[in-house]
Amino acid sequence: MAAMVEEAVRTLSYREAINEALRLEMRRDPTVILMGEDVTGASHSEDESHLDAWGGVLGVTKGLVHEFGRQRVRDTPITESGFVGAGVGAAATGLRPVVELMFIGFMGVCLDQIVNQAAKMRYMFGGKARIPLVIRTMIGAGFRAAAQHSDSIYSTFVHFPGLKVVAPATPADAKGLLAAAIRDDDPVIFCEHKLLYDMKGPVPEGEYVIPLGQAEIKREGGDVTIVAISRMVLHALEAAERLAQQGISAEVVDLRTLSPLDETTVLESIRKTGRLVVVDEDNPRCSVAGDIVTLAATQALEFLNAPVKLVTPPHTPVPFSPTLEDAYVPSPERIVAAARATLG
Amino acid sequence: MEISRDKLFWAYERMRLIREFEDRLHTDFAAGKIPGFVHLYAGEEAVAVGLCAHLRDDDFITSTHRGHGHCIAKGVDLREMMAEISGKATGACKGKGGSMHIADVDKGMLGANGIVGGGPPLACGAGLTARLKGTDQVTVCFFGDGASNQGTTFEGLNLAGIWKLPVVFVCENNGYAETTSPRYSVSGQDIAARARGFGMPSIAIDGLDFFAVYEAAGEAIARARRGEGPTFIEAQTYRYYGHFEGDSIRYRTREEEEHYRLLDCLYRFRQTAISQGLLTEAELDEIDARARAAIEDAVRFAAESPMPDPAELLTDVYVEYPMAALWPFQEAAVPVHR
Repeated sequence: MAAMVEEAVRTLSYREAINEALRLEMRRDPTVILMGEDVTGASHSEDESHLDAWGGVLGVTKGLVHEFGRQRVRDTPITESGFVGAGVGAAATGLRPVVELMFIGFMGVCLDQIVNQAAKMRYMFGGKARIPLVIRTMIGAGFRAAAQHSDSIYSTFVHFPGLKVVAPATPADAKGLLAAAIRDDDPVIFCEHKLLYDMKGPVPEGEYVIPLGQAEIKREGGDVTIVAISRMVLHALEAAERLAQQGISAEVVDLRTLSPLDETTVLESIRKTGRLVVVDEDNPRCSVAGDIVTLAATQALEFLNAPVKLVTPPHTPVPFSPTLEDAYVPSPERIVAAARATLG
Repeated sequence: MEISRDKLFWAYERMRLIREFEDRLHTDFAAGKIPGFVHLYAGEEAVAVGLCAHLRDDDFITSTHRGHGHCIAKGVDLREMMAEISGKATGACKGKGGSMHIADVDKGMLGANGIVGGGPPLACGAGLTARLKGTDQVTVCFFGDGASNQGTTFEGLNLAGIWKLPVVFVCENNGYAETTSPRYSVSGQDIAARARGFGMPSIAIDGLDFFAVYEAAGEAIARARRGEGPTFIEAQTYRYYGHFEGDSIRYRTREEEEHYRLLDCLYRFRQTAISQGLLTEAELDEIDARARAAIEDAVRFAAESPMPDPAELLTDVYVEYPMAALWPFQEAAVPVHR
C-alpha cells in the first residue's frame, strides 16, 4: 500500500510534523487522547497566561490543548507506572490513548505495565482484548543529557511479542508513521529522536499515513547496503554521499519500523549489493543491529562477499562530557570506514 | 441497606459456586488433574460477591492472581473458566491464559493478573474511559494486602484521587502475602488509613460478613456512579488454602485456621438469612445442590473439551502482524494458519 498524499508537499520540522499528526488524529477520532507529564503544563492554574506553559518538555505537543482542552490533552503527575498503566486500561476499554513517556530511559519505572500488561493482554485473553495504545518516547544521545536521558534502547521493546516499535528518521515519516501508530489496534512504542526535532523536511499536508512494517530505501546504490535507524539514517546518508565521491555506491535502508521487521527490503538489498553495514545508536548487545546480522547470516549468507560490519556505540552508558559523547555516537566517518572495509 | 430476595438468591448462589469451584480445584489439583499452579479464593467469597452484587455487566473489574472468585462474581462462564484452567481450547482465553489470566472483557472482567499490584493503574484507565465517554460505569479494583505495598497501588490511588475517577479500590486483606503477614510487611499496620492520605473515603470492614461488604460496597459504588470519585475499602478476610495449591502452609497455626473456619462467610450468610426470615433453609440447600451440579457440569465440559490446535500458538499476539514475522530469521518454520 503506497503512502496516501492528498495535498501539496511543504516543509515542516520533525517536531511540527509530530504535532500535526497528533492534531489531525485527534480531530478525526474523538477517542484519541493525549496523556503525559506536562504535555500542556501548569494544570493547577486557572490563569489563562499559564495555559500550555510547556506543551511537552521540548514543545512537541504545544498548542493542542487550545483545540482539544485539558480533558483530552491531559497532564499527569510524575508517575509513569500510574499513567502508562492507565493508558493500557483506557485502551482496553474503548479509548485510543497516546501516552508520552518523556525519555525512553524512564521505561524502568513502568516496564511492567508495558511488557506484562499491554503487550500480553491480547494473547493471554485469547484474542478478546485490543490495546490500541501509543507510547511516544524520546531517544537519542547528543543532547548533553547524560546517561539516564540519552538512551536509544528501543531494542528492549522489540524483544517483546505484542508490541510494535517505530523509529522515524524524517519529518514526513514521523507524521505518516505516527498516524498509522494511532490508528493501529496494537500497542506501539513510537521513538522520537530528540536531535531531530528541529530538522526540517518536506511533509505532505492533510491525511498522510505510512503503513507500519515497511522499510524505505532512502538512497539507492549497488556496492554496499547500509541499514540504519532513526538519526543514524542521516549519518548513513552523509556517509553514502562521501562514499559516492570515492566512487562507491551505497544503498541506505531506513528500517523505520523495528517491529514488525521488514525482512524483505533488507534481504533484497543485501542480495543486490553483497555487502552489509548496520548502523544503530542503541547498545550493541542483544540489539536490532544484531537482529539484522542474524537475518543476513540465516538467509543471505551466500550473497555476502565480505564480513558484515557493525557501527554502534560501545557497550557503555551514554557519557555526559561533549568530547566523550561525540566519541560515543556512531559518526559518518565510522560508517564510511566500515563500508570501505567491506569492499576490501 | 435493603437487599431484594432475588439479589439474596443470586449472592448466595455466587458465593456457593465460588466455594464449590475452589474446593473442586483443590481436590483435582492434588490428584494431578490441573496443569500449572492455582491460587484459590475459598474463604473470601463475601468480598467478591458483596462488591459485584452492585455492578452491571458494563462495569469493569480488575483482579489478581487469586481471581477465580472475582470472575464468578462478575459472571464469567463457569464452563469456560474450568476449561481455561485445564488449558483447553474451549477456555475463556482459548487456553492461552490459564488460572492467573482468566479474563472476559465483554463481561467487564479485565483479567486476573499475575503481577501483584498490576491492576490499580489499569483500573484507573477503565475509570478514565468512563469519565471521558461520559458514562456512569464503575470500575472495581481488587488487590491484596501484598499489593498494598506496591508503588503501582499508590500511583493508582493518587491518579484516581486527582482525577476523581469512578474507581472503588478493594484491598482483600486475607492475612498473608504468600507466607508473610502484614504484621511484618505493612508499616503502620493500618492499610485503610493509607488511602485516607490520598483524600478519599476509606473504611476497614469485616470481609467475612457478606452483609457488611454489601453495604459498604453499595455506598462506594453509588458514590463512584454519581461522579464523586474513588473510595477505598479494606475487607479483612481469610484464605482457607495456601498461597497456591501445593503450599504446605507452615506459616500459620491450625488454631488460627479453625478460628476463621468458624467465621465462615457462607455459614454466616445462612444464619443471618434464616434468622431474619429472608430465605429458608430448604431454599439455601437447593442453591447448594444447584451449585454442586453446575461445578460438576463445568468439570465435565472441561474434561471433554479438546486441547488447543498447535496453530493457536501464533494467533492473538497482535490484531495485525505479518505471520512470518512471528518466526523471525526462519523460512517457513511452521505452516501458516490464521
